[in-house]
Amino acid sequence: MDDSTRIVIVGASVAGLTTAETLRAEGFTGSITLVGAEVHAPYDRPPLSKHVLTGEWLPDQAALNQPHELAALGLTLMLGHRATSLDVAAHRITVDDATVEYDRLVIATGVVARRMPGTNGLAGIHSLRTLDDVVALRHGLDAARHVVVVGAGVLGSEIAAAARKRGIAVTLVGRSHELRLGQVGAHLSERIAELHRQNGVDLRLGVEVIEVIGDDRVSADVLSDGTRVAADLVVAAIGSTPSTGWLEGSGLDLADGVVCDSNGVAAPDVYAVGDVARWRDDRAATTSRAEHQLKAIEQAQAVARHMLTGEVTPTILPFFWSELYGTKIQAFGSFPAAVPLTAVAGEADGERFVAASIVDGRTVGVVGWNMPRDFRLARAAMAVDRVDSLVE
Amino acid sequence: MAIQITVNTPACIGAGQCVMAAEDLFDQDDDGIVLLLDDAPDAAHEAGARRAASLCPARAIKILE
Repeated sequence: MDDSTRIVIVGASVAGLTTAETLRAEGFTGSITLVGAEVHAPYDRPPLSKHVLTGEWLPDQAALNQPHELAALGLTLMLGHRATSLDVAAHRITVDDATVEYDRLVIATGVVARRMPGTNGLAGIHSLRTLDDVVALRHGLDAARHVVVVGAGVLGSEIAAAARKRGIAVTLVGRSHELRLGQVGAHLSERIAELHRQNGVDLRLGVEVIEVIGDDRVSADVLSDGTRVAADLVVAAIGSTPSTGWLEGSGLDLADGVVCDSNGVAAPDVYAVGDVARWRDDRAATTSRAEHQLKAIEQAQAVARHMLTGEVTPTILPFFWSELYGTKIQAFGSFPAAVPLTAVAGEADGERFVAASIVDGRTVGVVGWNMPRDFRLARAAMAVDRVDSLVE
Repeated sequence: MAIQITVNTPACIGAGQCVMAAEDLFDQDDDGIVLLLDDAPDAAHEAGARRAASLCPARAIKILE
């Protein structure tokens, strides 16, 4: 790797940008091309469903860099351009109609939100993944009186909370009987449900939207239990799919994401990072994919270092956070569904607590509920525990 | 050359990554929000400061030369 090395990164969100930043920070002076399908300069997604949606932040405040910081990286930016194919053997991709050659390629194309099926072009149907999505949704909420949020995951909960903060009536519909929170799964479902109820959300769990009614604009949803819910705006938070369409036929192993080894290598000179990447965990002998900000950052840093120095990547544990009605929730590690949580600080039924998932005497996950400092201490203790178990 | 650290507290999400990376430079208040203990640390702390900035999930820490 020298000045003549050409690194091409496809995907200009946090994983792609962090790869470029780390390459520069580690002294790489060759060319870096950053390709992004959206026209916007790289921006941060977690605030979109939080401060940006509530209106506390302007959309511009989600920018990952100031313009001068981005300029200082010396990247060739291809924003508003979509990669359409990859030829691994020839070391080239096509971007729109142009051919771009690379010496190393990093795939960071993320995921796309699943759209609500069966809406037949009705106005008032939204999803939330991109900056354009949040601008449209904010605008839609300005005139909305009754919002139906579809999805029992954390994004659905965050959107419901943001709409309530703006004083709009909200019905939250989930196919699952439980509200899920990232890797914590359904362990805190009751607590989250309680938060929603306290804040006036009409919760409808264990049902699906079977029909969306309206002339030009949505006016109501019919649920699978036969009830009808008035709605002048519907937000679908029903999951996402990895953006791998452009890689069909490339020979890469695509299986709900780009399958990689434990260093993010998908093929010779091809890496994948972030939400689109399914990395192998050698110790667990499995592959997994997660849509987490910090994992995207850590994978990007690891890939940049692996590319430059061959440095092997340590196992990356998932970290995740949310904020619902002012309640800060943070989680680190894993939370097997069959293992009940154990309170390690505060009271499990109180306003503030830290709870752990303990398997065979070893802490595998900690979750904090309005107790960030104690959460950090529990997490640090867990890291020591892990080091001890590795030494054994 | 000495470095200067700035923190964007409204962006902070209280993950505590910075404290774990450089506890001499950062702490958290009761809400978990970052407290900057030393905005112009000596060279011995530069690596820790950079690590903290690079691992902040909210990218709320900036290092200026």
